[in-house]
Amino acid sequence: MSRLKPDKEYEKTGAYHFFRWLSGSKDPYVGEVEMQPQKEIQTQEFTILERMNETQMLRDKVYDVENNKILTLFHKIYVVAAIVFCIALVGLLLYTVSYLPRIGNSSNPDNNIVSQRYIEKGLQETGALNIVSGMILTYRAFDTFGETNVLFIATCCVMILLMLDDAILKKREDKDDRRFEPKNDAILQGTAFILCPIIFIFGIYVILNGHLSPGGGFSGGAILGAGLILYTSAFGFKKTQQFFNEHIYKIAKITALCMYGIIGSYFYIMGANGLENHIPLGMPGHILSGGIILPIDICVGIEVACTMYAFYALFRRGGL
Amino acid sequence: MDFVQNFPAVSILLCLFAGIISSGLRKKAARSVNIILILIVTFLSVCTLFYTMGTGEAFVYVMGRFPAPWGNEIRAGVLGPLMALFFCVIMLLSLEGGRKKLVDEVEEEKTFLYYVLMDLLLASLLALIYTNDLFTAYVFVEINTIAACGLIMIRQNGRTIEAAARYMIMSLLGSGLLLMGICMLYDLTGHLLMSNIREQVIYLYSAGEYRIPLLVTIALMSVGLAIKSALFPFHAWLPDAYGYSTVSSAAVLSSLVSKGYILLLIKIIYRVIGFDVFYNSRIIDVLFAFGLMGMIFGSVSAIRENDVRRMIAFSSVAQIGYIYMGIGMGTQAGMTASVFHILSHAATKSLLFIAAIGLTDVSGGSRKLVELTGAAYRNKWAGAAFTVGSLSMVGVPLFSGFISKLLFSQAAVQNGTKMLPALIVLGISTILNAIYFMKTVIRIYTPVESGKYKGIQFMKMKRYCLTLVCFVALNVILGVFSQPIVDLIEQGLVMFS
Repeated sequence: MSRLKPDKEYEKTGAYHFFRWLSGSKDPYVGEVEMQPQKEIQTQEFTILERMNETQMLRDKVYDVENNKILTLFHKIYVVAAIVFCIALVGLLLYTVSYLPRIGNSSNPDNNIVSQRYIEKGLQETGALNIVSGMILTYRAFDTFGETNVLFIATCCVMILLMLDDAILKKREDKDDRRFEPKNDAILQGTAFILCPIIFIFGIYVILNGHLSPGGGFSGGAILGAGLILYTSAFGFKKTQQFFNEHIYKIAKITALCMYGIIGSYFYIMGANGLENHIPLGMPGHILSGGIILPIDICVGIEVACTMYAFYALFRRGGL
Repeated sequence: MDFVQNFPAVSILLCLFAGIISSGLRKKAARSVNIILILIVTFLSVCTLFYTMGTGEAFVYVMGRFPAPWGNEIRAGVLGPLMALFFCVIMLLSLEGGRKKLVDEVEEEKTFLYYVLMDLLLASLLALIYTNDLFTAYVFVEINTIAACGLIMIRQNGRTIEAAARYMIMSLLGSGLLLMGICMLYDLTGHLLMSNIREQVIYLYSAGEYRIPLLVTIALMSVGLAIKSALFPFHAWLPDAYGYSTVSSAAVLSSLVSKGYILLLIKIIYRVIGFDVFYNSRIIDVLFAFGLMGMIFGSVSAIRENDVRRMIAFSSVAQIGYIYMGIGMGTQAGMTASVFHILSHAATKSLLFIAAIGLTDVSGGSRKLVELTGAAYRNKWAGAAFTVGSLSMVGVPLFSGFISKLLFSQAAVQNGTKMLPALIVLGISTILNAIYFMKTVIRIYTPVESGKYKGIQFMKMKRYCLTLVCFVALNVILGVFSQPIVDLIEQGLVMFS
């Protein structure tokens, strides 16, 4: 590097000091400001229990809640104000509702071209006998994809809150919360033995017939999830884990959501660009009909069943 | 149809995909997916921005095969991609600045979930920005709320769980009110698509039908979104949520999440209710009044605060107050100022959070102002960045805060009746801002007699310092080259309706 100034002069300039400061080789404050090695950073955050104790102490000792007249008065006023506010809000909303158009009137504003097309052309355009399925999975498919993602993100949050390490889980396995329950309850197991297959088959039926009869991915998935929960509470987690553990849960969930995403994206982007749709609508009433509704129903069903079971397992023992 | 018109939809879908796939990945892979995703979305937003600037008009993109009132659609003008671009940049910088803290504070096995939440949060923000359908907006408001709760409580200690619970209750209350408003609006108009609702609302308004339900609907939606974006009387959840969560979360929550709701409110004002109807409903005066109160009470709470993170959090209450004051003025100029302040506050507040964490780290991890004495000498980069952020917040020329204050005052001067209160409160609030920010700056630059803590070298935390430099540059760019951005915002607001 060539400098215009000789070294000695350069050392007096501000740039020299600045670059030395920047590179950390000379700190102008070292020597002038006394410094000591940094302490180990101690987190001063409280654990939940300590915080609860602290709050209790604040209530009992500092404020002496029982005998503090101003505080009790404030609490009374607070309760009264809350009740008055709620009643006022309820009154306002009821008052407003009385001004809304009456249900079932043919001249209502919501009885317009939108619902007319859903009802009149729904079958022809979506291929689904069940208009509701046609509406949520074809006309408004994007909303439903968002709704499925709400379930997904809710599971993520519950996992953040309740999921435990594998090590802790192993330790706890012996001390299950079932220790106060009979381990192999004959009645429960007998009932589950009869009911579970029926519930599973019914759930699959509801999912597969979502475009033909009332039902669909959300309701069918909930039935499947309920079946899984019944099976687990009767036979324990070890047995369930033989066919549904965390690994399979992850694969099932991600595959289902990705499939939904891919089918959805294909549908949105091809549709928006005016390209031809290669998914046939089929013969209305047949099981293989309804275009994208059937595959999406299956994906949604898997996702909902996974979510239901994951909630149960996470709340019950903190892991899948 | 042009190829570029696919980009908004593609960026939303990409975010959702990234979130889904990240839930099966390990920590490092999830992080890389997140970074790549943000970069791609930034690029797509830039392309969309240039495209809409070129055509000069907003375009509508049908999500699926069925056009407007039957299917979903999204719509992008100039404002949408501009906001998306900004949000991406700020999210990237906030994550980068808080990365080290994230490793310390979040359990390693759950770190990938943090990136899942971030991806989905970005998806919901983009959807709120682009959507032209009120119900789609509601669905993504839900995703936004749940993701924000997760971001608060992923650092698990008593305080954050408490803060997350409080945030969830308040935020769900807001969502509930918004949903009630949407239901009533559907009952009155029979549509969920924003443009169709506006036609119907204008018709109902001019015909004088359903006066009371319409007023209540507007009130419900405004109050719901005001609760979610922490307007003054509803800000109780804010200091804990911003003060104790991990620093990236705090930066993202304060600069993006609450701003997403405000953008939705602006969208509702322009595209759903119609500006004139909203103006005549007088709800706008209520927003104005609460905005003014927030500006003062937020700053007063910040002055009384002894914890630097909570102080910055309370300052957010004041800044949200500014934005609502601008909306409440009911003029084009006020709205422009508000939108600019969304950008300026987002850039500054995340800078302050990230810089504050650098200062507390060299003060033994304590956030008490007393312990911060001389912290700027121990971590020069964070000190300088904090000073820049403070100056910008106070409104010193060269930085972004000055431009937004200038725009607010210009808007106030143009407005007849609201000029005096707006200008007076703006003045008081600026002084209060100066009190607590300059107090902190003076404290961190006060040399300590006997240094208790050791300083930090640049070489050891290059990425953190570079993030701070980027933030400062963003602030200066907003402050110096503000005119093109203001022009863009004005153009965008015209396209918005």
